[in-house]
Amino acid sequence: MTRKQTNDKPGRRQFLTGVIAAGATTAATVATTVTPSRAADASARTPSALPPSAKGAEAEAGTPRYAAREAARVKGIPGSDFMVDVIKSLDIKYLPSNCASSFRALHESLINYGGNTKPEFLTCMHEESAVAMAHGYFKIAGKPLLTLCHGTVGLQHATMAVYNAWCDRVPVIVVGGNDLDAAYRPPGVPTFHSAQDINAIVRDYTKWDDTPVSLQHFSQSFVRAYKIAMTPPYGPVAISLDAGLQQEPMKDHGGKPYIPRYVPTAPPQGDSGAVKEAARLLAQAQNPVIAVDRAARSPNGVALLVQLAELLQARVIDIQGRMNFPRTHYLSSPPTAVNGADVIIGMELSDFWAVVNAFTDNGEHGGIGTNSTRIKPDTKLISISSVELNTKANYQDFQRYQVVDVPMAADAEATLPALIEAVKAAIPNERKAAIAQRGEAARKAYAENRARTRQAAALAWDASPISTARLVMETYAQIKDLDWSLVASEGNVSNWPNRLWPMEKYHHWLGRSGGYGVGYGAPASVGAALANRDLGRFSVSIQSDGDLMYAPGVLWTAAKHKIPLLAVMHNNRGYHQEVMHVQRLSNFRNRVPNLGGDMGPVGTSIQNPDIEYHKLAESMGWWAKGPIKDPAQLAPALKEAVAVVKSGQPALLNVWTQPR
Amino acid sequence: MNIKQLASSLACMTACLILGTGAAAAADAEKGKAGYVKHGCWQCHGFVGQGGITGPKLAPDPIPLPAMNAFLRNTKGPMPPYMEAVLSNADLADIHAYLQSIPKAQDYKNIPQLNP
Repeated sequence: MTRKQTNDKPGRRQFLTGVIAAGATTAATVATTVTPSRAADASARTPSALPPSAKGAEAEAGTPRYAAREAARVKGIPGSDFMVDVIKSLDIKYLPSNCASSFRALHESLINYGGNTKPEFLTCMHEESAVAMAHGYFKIAGKPLLTLCHGTVGLQHATMAVYNAWCDRVPVIVVGGNDLDAAYRPPGVPTFHSAQDINAIVRDYTKWDDTPVSLQHFSQSFVRAYKIAMTPPYGPVAISLDAGLQQEPMKDHGGKPYIPRYVPTAPPQGDSGAVKEAARLLAQAQNPVIAVDRAARSPNGVALLVQLAELLQARVIDIQGRMNFPRTHYLSSPPTAVNGADVIIGMELSDFWAVVNAFTDNGEHGGIGTNSTRIKPDTKLISISSVELNTKANYQDFQRYQVVDVPMAADAEATLPALIEAVKAAIPNERKAAIAQRGEAARKAYAENRARTRQAAALAWDASPISTARLVMETYAQIKDLDWSLVASEGNVSNWPNRLWPMEKYHHWLGRSGGYGVGYGAPASVGAALANRDLGRFSVSIQSDGDLMYAPGVLWTAAKHKIPLLAVMHNNRGYHQEVMHVQRLSNFRNRVPNLGGDMGPVGTSIQNPDIEYHKLAESMGWWAKGPIKDPAQLAPALKEAVAVVKSGQPALLNVWTQPR
Repeated sequence: MNIKQLASSLACMTACLILGTGAAAAADAEKGKAGYVKHGCWQCHGFVGQGGITGPKLAPDPIPLPAMNAFLRNTKGPMPPYMEAVLSNADLADIHAYLQSIPKAQDYKNIPQLNP
């Protein structure tokens, strides 16, 4: 698209054709030279790797041979150098990526012209890992990362992680290299890796995308992409970056293209009339309840929610999409708190329907299950959600339709200051004593709930495999005096960390994957641990077995880039959600599930053979130990692992656990 | 629940009570431990019946066998039903005996890690 042959001199593509031909001759010569010596080997076995032919070398590299020599001959300022200037203007610290030819020019400019700093290239072994690292990083740093993907194939690998970021409202800037010019791009592999519109792969679950056709267009697109990604509701964005535009020298348009200055957009606040009506309902309620999912975007969001809750003495249900409300606060309540509510305000809920209704997967009604309400029929519902501003048609992350009395398409954290002031003004003096009484009842309920939870954690305390409660609490015992951050807890451990760890700070809990695409936990942990490393914090993850095996190469990335992380494995040796699903369907159909010699139904177990995760981690540069099956061995192993992580290395403990 | 359904449930519960009591007499906790795993009870309730977010605790102090039997055959809640063709009364009695054999948990106040 951007390459035009304007004179009779050999163009870049014509020049490349010549290089390919020369390369073929050279490679053939090399092959001829090498092969006889191999053949002369008396103990000749079939070699595992023969010297590549010219064609093979091209195919393997995905680009013509001698490309570097050709690039060195390019006169003028490379377009990709200007792209680096644009990227640097946004102060992006890291660039997790799996290298690829379609962005080779930008890659070269980043590490040579750009000095491999801001952003620093982080070598990743899968594009899904790279995007998920950026996902985890943002949740700690509050700043997005850039990732580069190989057009078509790389972006296809990245898709699951992009979808998780979309569902979790996290900004990631995804740039896909793509060779648009069908007449001049190299044939073979690079053409398989090109498409008319690579952004179409992710368009359903990105906020915005573009395909710049000039450097000036690129600078505008890149800053615009950053700005859109960082305006609540946050979300991933995509830019298709033409290989020719990166590689060719800048054209003289009477001066260098300009780089737009990034100015953050103020997030959308709730309509003042709607805020006033919400405050009126909350102030007059007998039993108001606050339900929050991704309401807090920053530590300030947590402080504002505490202020609102205390003002109303309203119980708070944290759905845990983020760290919204301190678990140690007496108003922190379980989901059942909606039962007696007369007013419920939901903030950035991903599924309001499920907060006020229950679905039971019991095979009734022809197999579709039972729906029932959890609230009184006259309960008033208020919603503040920025996601209403960015709903798309295809993917169903908007969940079931819930009728709400006062819906606000607005950002919750940005609306909270106005809502707090409106509630203060709306509370009549005669209600204040009743509101204070509500607080006393909440304190009592909180204390009783805490005692019940701890006693439940004591069950199976000495069992082998190790109980998830013990796994979680032995881990906490070793990190409690550190500035800790639980960077992921994928795989269900009965939610013990949220039930028992004294989570108070925003970085104590980061929420989950968003789209529930398995494979998020390991790479997002590494990304978040990278951000925590720079802040001097200790990162710990509860790492499940199935999640790790999606793309374990991220373990190497963590070791390579010296990212300290304690990964404590919840190794229950199965895809446990599916274990239960198949059992459930077998029961509904009055059949005994076929276990095939494993513990869970065929197709759901990860055993026979058991995976030695500690060896896997060791092979990629981690300190690791396992399998730990005896609960008495867990604390000493954790102590060793914590010391290793404090020294700056990643460490993994392979712990055999109870299922949930 | 209408009258017919209620009558049916009561009849079933009575039958279960009789069967449950008879089966319990010969119940074998060791066999029950194997049956507990084979029939997938561990999946939601853990290997020692401790329960978790996916299912309530079953042990220690399981509910009486007749009540467990009635619940298993008739549940329409989150727990899928286990009909007799899948889990016999005798096997259930063994499982119940296993759950009865599980010792009481410590008081959480005596576990330092639960009192950080």
